[in-house]
Amino acid sequence: MIAEKKIAAIPDFSNSPHIDHVGVEERASRFTKRSIKAETKLNGLKLTLNMIDLTTLEGKDTDGKVKQLCYKAQHLHDSYPGLPTVAAVCVYPSMVSVAKKSLEGSAINVASVATAFPSGQASRDVKIRDVKFAVNNGADEVDMVISRGKFLQGEYNFVFDEIAAVKEACGTARLKVILETGELVTYDKVRRASDIAMYAGADFIKTSTGKISPAATMPVTLVMLEAIRDFYYKTGKMIAMKPAGGISKSKAALHYLVMLKETLGDAWMNNHWFRFGASSLANDVLMQLEKERTGVYQSANYFSVD
Amino acid sequence: MTRIEVLKTYKIYIGGQFPRTESGRYYSPKNKNGQSLANVCLSSRKDFRDAVVAARGAFGGWSAKSAFNRSQILYRIAEMLEGRRAQFVDELIKQSSSAKDAENEINLSIDRLIYYAGWCDKFQQVFSSVNPVASSHFNFSVPEPTGIVAIIAPQNTSLLGLVSVIAPTIAGGNTCVVLASENKPLCSVTFSEVINSSDVPGGVINVLTGKSSELIKYFADHMDVNAVVYCEKDKESQQLIKEKAALNVKRVLLYNSINWEDEEKGQSPYFIIDTQEIKTTWHPIETVGSAKAGY
Amino acid sequence: MAKARKNNTVKLTFDTLQYAPAPESKSIAKIDAQYDLFINGKFEKPLSKKYFDTINPATEEKLSSVADANVADVDKAVQAARVAHDKIWSKMPAKERGKYIYRIARMIQERAREFSVIETLDGGKPIRESRDIDIPLAANHFFYYAGWADKLQYAFPNINPKPLGVAGQIIPWNFPLLMAAWKIAPALATGNTVVLKPAETTPLTALKLAEIIQESDLPPGVVNIITGAAATGAAIVNHADINKIAFTGSTEVGKIIQRAVAGTDKKLTLELGGKAANIIFEDAAIDQAVEGVINGIFFNQGHVCCAGSRLFVQESVYKIVMQKLKDRIATLIVGDPMDKNTDVGAINSKQQLETIHKYINIGKKEGADIFESNCILPKKGFFCKPTLFTNVAQSSRIAQEEIFGPVLAIQTFITEDEVIEKANNTPFGLSAGVWTDKGSKVFNLTSKLRAGVIWANTYNKFDPTSPFGGYKESGFGREGGLHGLSAYLNV
Repeated sequence: MIAEKKIAAIPDFSNSPHIDHVGVEERASRFTKRSIKAETKLNGLKLTLNMIDLTTLEGKDTDGKVKQLCYKAQHLHDSYPGLPTVAAVCVYPSMVSVAKKSLEGSAINVASVATAFPSGQASRDVKIRDVKFAVNNGADEVDMVISRGKFLQGEYNFVFDEIAAVKEACGTARLKVILETGELVTYDKVRRASDIAMYAGADFIKTSTGKISPAATMPVTLVMLEAIRDFYYKTGKMIAMKPAGGISKSKAALHYLVMLKETLGDAWMNNHWFRFGASSLANDVLMQLEKERTGVYQSANYFSVD
Repeated sequence: MTRIEVLKTYKIYIGGQFPRTESGRYYSPKNKNGQSLANVCLSSRKDFRDAVVAARGAFGGWSAKSAFNRSQILYRIAEMLEGRRAQFVDELIKQSSSAKDAENEINLSIDRLIYYAGWCDKFQQVFSSVNPVASSHFNFSVPEPTGIVAIIAPQNTSLLGLVSVIAPTIAGGNTCVVLASENKPLCSVTFSEVINSSDVPGGVINVLTGKSSELIKYFADHMDVNAVVYCEKDKESQQLIKEKAALNVKRVLLYNSINWEDEEKGQSPYFIIDTQEIKTTWHPIETVGSAKAGY
Repeated sequence: MAKARKNNTVKLTFDTLQYAPAPESKSIAKIDAQYDLFINGKFEKPLSKKYFDTINPATEEKLSSVADANVADVDKAVQAARVAHDKIWSKMPAKERGKYIYRIARMIQERAREFSVIETLDGGKPIRESRDIDIPLAANHFFYYAGWADKLQYAFPNINPKPLGVAGQIIPWNFPLLMAAWKIAPALATGNTVVLKPAETTPLTALKLAEIIQESDLPPGVVNIITGAAATGAAIVNHADINKIAFTGSTEVGKIIQRAVAGTDKKLTLELGGKAANIIFEDAAIDQAVEGVINGIFFNQGHVCCAGSRLFVQESVYKIVMQKLKDRIATLIVGDPMDKNTDVGAINSKQQLETIHKYINIGKKEGADIFESNCILPKKGFFCKPTLFTNVAQSSRIAQEEIFGPVLAIQTFITEDEVIEKANNTPFGLSAGVWTDKGSKVFNLTSKLRAGVIWANTYNKFDPTSPFGGYKESGFGREGGLHGLSAYLNV
């Protein structure tokens, strides 16, 4: 895939492309028909591990819980040599400093949700301070939520400006923009919100908070990947993608990789450009890897839960 | 001194005009007493060619007319026919019908037009379907006119047979070129005059007189004709039509044992469907079932 | 916070075009070394004493040899069908007829995997398509028509429809079992008996179907399946005791058949060629439209009579459509049809591959620009790269003639009227596709395009309930749905 380098004028987002519901679902299901075997499978599973944002976003999170998660992030399954680490640990802003300290010396990033996650129902000022707090405590990546209410009211400029302001507050931290697709409902709106986010400065576009069902699905992710592709065609600028929530099985993760590969191509096939937001996916992948290595089906008892 | 009668010139009807045959040839059909009926155009293949051009030109407009509008126009033909019944009765008698039979034939012809006028905006409903496909698509099938229909009209009647094959053809939105009964052509010309004064756009119905033995080949092999209707039992002609029809995969309709006077057998919506194509359309349905709201 | 970050990014190859091979097991498919003719409920040696080979087009290896029926064999089959019709099938209560058809449907479902594998081995189509489309649709077709058997009086108002008698059915090689189902199921449901000839390059699934029919205890002679090439087909067409000919295949052969039956009272239905327009408007959902174009022309290697082989793109979106089309073609996996990941399998025969190559050369000579997938074709077997032609004129042969392969002729247009006129400017009229997000435009197009099947915002969808068949030189009569019944009844 080759795109021309161009300065992108900000388009009229009400003219974002329309999506045919049945067509996109058919296409998404075609990716699940790919049969992935042997080395491709092994590589896919390892890539998946490396693309995970290991996540804990609970009201009841404590320093202890976060420390354990950070240890797990660095030591996924030590009895299997040569495993990659996850990409990042994703926590609330209040836990960023704990996570940062726990991950010191590793290459694992700290990602923090911010902007009054998950609802985003706060003033602009509060949101910006939330972001700055996370970044100042060492967050490498910020996962913001868009103002879905404003978006659904058609106030695209408001949403755009807010993302741009958050991006500015992020400094060098990479910004993931959560659309919360489960609240946008239609693919047309997912596409439109993706366009707004990318033009406003998102480094990633991300499906969901994980707090709303449905979270990430294959078709919704495909719509966003195609938005990324169109943005790349127009501007020459790559945007990363993060489906989050609902992906807990390694087979599903491999289907996402097939979709990523066949939609955006090789350049996107690493954790700089693609992440899975997930908490239980890692263990399922580990069990699969062990099964491939040992030839026997695994039990969850042999894999640490946190 | 007795008044000299003004004799009628029997012309053909192409594209809403009444030309003479380009060939300059005429023939004189006779009634059963051997009296010459008139000098009638002996249409040539070029007349047929012109008629097909006229029919093709009229097809788009006629098929795009609302079914209701076509129905109104068929009804209008019936009205006009009713108004000129005396002339048709005269011609029928001249062509060897008894007074009673002539009366019966004009009555049946008018009623047949009314019958098909009624079907114009109904047969689609009877022969359409919404098809319950297994995927998330809305799928429906509707009849559409096949295009240009070349008709060799029934030979044994002058009017009823002609009306019985024209009416279902145009009711369904086709346009047609009709070759009238060779030996009883008078009503066909007068009927053309009725058509011409009945809001039927020029070219929708084109009427030729002449010999089927000469023209049948061209009716069947013209590449811009979509269907051929033949109403006689002659096996040789039937075979010729079918063979020539294969040139462009024409639809061939043989109505060779139909009693047009029979109100059960001589009329039905199946005559309309014979010159219809079934078109099936698919379109995705965004959401199926309330449980699947969202995605 | 500007301190340099360490990098934990791993790079691993996840090669989509070369996913590790995932071949379907062949062991499930039991293919005999030799097949005889299925006549009167038994497999009988051909009176011709001749056999011909059927090969796997992906490997050019022989799969089996099948009987070559001659005139005498055809006569034997027709006689069996006649007796079965007059003595048994036409007298049987309709509901019992229906139950036999249901039984066949169920048995196809139960042996779906075996059918899929054999269909792919014999015909070259990807196993994914045999498995997910051909075989399930074939079974569903029998299910659909089984239910019609005792309900025919509801299909045709004011008529008491009667079967025609013996139906001679000749089917093509592109959807072998599915076409057999399209032919046999409605014929049986309406009380006719059948002599069916599969195409000479793909006879095996029809013969497997014969095995099922035998197991189903369907009365002998109701379905007879005989194999052979053009001469066998001609013997069926010309047999005096056949009441109905149903043919699916090329327009050229269809015309020959129409002429051949001209001197008879045989009822005829023809499902012939096509050169469908697939039209993308600027307001279409472009990504789904591109996917529809891919599905329209590369499904079953383009061996589809309703393939969307002419693409019309509105000029304002031409560039983006072409870019996406080319990117998408790069992801198509071409190769071993038995691999579950294969998108485009083998061309059905050497002869067909030569035809496709002939047209590709014509396209080049006509000055059109060619774009081919950069895939690597297997060394053995008959394969063709997915191919696009741009700068194609309406008057080009590649835009007018049916190629029946993975070759797409692309033209641009400016206005709605222009594209309708160009789309209809063909002797064919089987199908068409329209891509636009505007409902009123969909209906303008779907009503003005002169074709029997119109896909709006979708393409190449099939269903037993949905009538299929063409306008103009694409044939007459419908298969599928309620309208498919009339082909086998005297209505």
